Amino acid sequence: MSQTLFDTIWNTHLVAESGTGSSLIAIDRVFLHERTGAAALKRMAEMGRAVLDPARVFAVMDHIVDTRPGRGDGTLMPGGEAFISETRAACRAAGITLFDVNDRDQGIVHVISPELGVVLPGCTLVAPDSHTCTQGAFGAFAWGIGSSEAEHAMATGTLRLTKPKQMRVRFEGVLAPGVTAKDMALHLIAAHGAGGGKGHVIEFAGQAVGALDMEARMTLCNMATEFSAVGALIAPDAQTFAYLAGRRYAPASFDDPYWRTLASDPDALFDVDIIIDSASIAPMVSWGTSPEHAVPVNGAVPQGPDRAHQYIGLAPGQQLEGTPIDAAFIGSCTNSRLSDLRRAAAIVRGRRIAPGVRKALVVPGSMAVKRAAEAEGLDRVFIEAGFEWRMSGCSLCFYAGGEGFPDGARVMSSTNRNFEGRQGPGIRTHIASPETVAASALAGAIADPRKVLAS
Amino acid sequence: MNPVSTITSPAVPLLRDNIDTDTIIPSREMKTTGRAGLADGLFAPWRYTDAAARVRDPAFVLNQRDAIGTRLLLAGRNFGCGSSREHAVWAMAEFGIEAIIAPSFAPIFKANCLRNGLLPVELPEEVVQSLQWKMVRIDLPAQTVTAGDRQWQFDIDPEAKQMLLEGLDAIDLTRKSQPEIDRWLARDRIERPWIYLGEES
Repeated sequence: MSQTLFDTIWNTHLVAESGTGSSLIAIDRVFLHERTGAAALKRMAEMGRAVLDPARVFAVMDHIVDTRPGRGDGTLMPGGEAFISETRAACRAAGITLFDVNDRDQGIVHVISPELGVVLPGCTLVAPDSHTCTQGAFGAFAWGIGSSEAEHAMATGTLRLTKPKQMRVRFEGVLAPGVTAKDMALHLIAAHGAGGGKGHVIEFAGQAVGALDMEARMTLCNMATEFSAVGALIAPDAQTFAYLAGRRYAPASFDDPYWRTLASDPDALFDVDIIIDSASIAPMVSWGTSPEHAVPVNGAVPQGPDRAHQYIGLAPGQQLEGTPIDAAFIGSCTNSRLSDLRRAAAIVRGRRIAPGVRKALVVPGSMAVKRAAEAEGLDRVFIEAGFEWRMSGCSLCFYAGGEGFPDGARVMSSTNRNFEGRQGPGIRTHIASPETVAASALAGAIADPRKVLAS
Repeated sequence: MNPVSTITSPAVPLLRDNIDTDTIIPSREMKTTGRAGLADGLFAPWRYTDAAARVRDPAFVLNQRDAIGTRLLLAGRNFGCGSSREHAVWAMAEFGIEAIIAPSFAPIFKANCLRNGLLPVELPEEVVQSLQWKMVRIDLPAQTVTAGDRQWQFDIDPEAKQMLLEGLDAIDLTRKSQPEIDRWLARDRIERPWIYLGEES
């Protein structure tokens, strides 16, 4: 019987079936961060439960760490230090590999996991973080879980799951210039709704997906959780294996015939199939308070829920392009990798951000990304344009009570969530690609990156 | 986890779609690494006009007199989307919510509910609408929701149902399958040695 890639991974990891229809699925990798990881490890210790195989569990400080240069354990978030110190102590006690605040490999969990070769094609990887689906870009089943499930995975090496339904989203054809993986994700969510993935595992396929580099594939898979999917994956190809080969926790080579089995059969059946004409996708910007509230940058605000219009301060029919902004943020597990920074830098090179933009941050996704960007001089490009150049971390993708944007700011952000208050009480977030954020920062208003690229 | 069987409560409506976990409990309200003390931060952005001073917004539904002591919340589509923070469920449970009825739930939030004895019930949107402020009885063994003389059936994963009814701990349950886990690991170490770090293969 023909199988999907997800079927193959599921079957490989099937330990046992319960009499009540759930399955015990083996978990190959667990990755924790200080925001939710300490809670899980602390509770395990309280319950007298040990981590089954600490060599396959990793942790990093990324969520609330300070991103200003010269940082230590101090954090602008009130009480934030406790999360850092307790995570450190709990990891040490459990024998877990920790990438600490000033480790040279520190970074956002979903950025450093592939950099270090922790995620592998065909593996199962969980983290108490909803954007774990990012790592499905490597052909892994990677998904976000809660703290209790993290405890379960660490204590038993398994999770109890009911097999999710499967969806395939095929991006046929070729993307237009200036259109990126971020725009593909926003286009999909805007077209099918924030609940459109409804608990499915998604396989992204099609010509435009195959043409994406690994970093862009991560961007696409990253927002599967904004689509209410359990996870997303992309079948590994030569590019995937070349990216991972020889990284610290990855095999030196991917010559084993096993790796070639990680693909859906051509006639495999999915519960839902969606086909998208990639040429029809434009650079997207969110206008409201859900990722489904997104339109092409040169479009008008459609009629949405009153509350969303009220919060964001934009009426139906208004043009998005030209709407003044107060701040710009380039970073997050969606768009903070070297290629993201290169594309944004190409837009801002030799230009200045508009005077009305009171806060503009570039936060590299990892210290490795930061070093690579600095080696190319990208830090100078951003600093000369008026951006702050930070240490890596999740930073202002969300507001934890410490550093924030100016009151009531309208922020162009390369992040994944434009929820009410996500970046701070009253902060109005517009999510878009790094190049759209960069172009908007220069204009001081929501701007179409294609116009800068053409000039 | 406390066993769940039947819940009878007035149904308090919060019928917005895509209510996210940042709204259920904002990051800035997650002040400790423990599970307790979160109820105060539940729906903080909506419940308070001034969250820092805890000044209540009388217009918010959970601050209304009829909502005091409620155990049941009605919500819109894709409830609990966003961050995986289990704090959202811990905050709701500590506040006293025992069940949520919505047309759909975000997958991580739903899984977190089931691990904490909070019952997520999926019913069609028009049914959820019709339950506003009604006295509602949820019967988990029978998988029914009753309001007045109307009754609806709901689906739930059989294992999740059993675990809720018996208040089972998932880790304890899985530990009973230890022999199968050990057998699987022994075989997988040969088939996929690259997975097992720190071991000479």
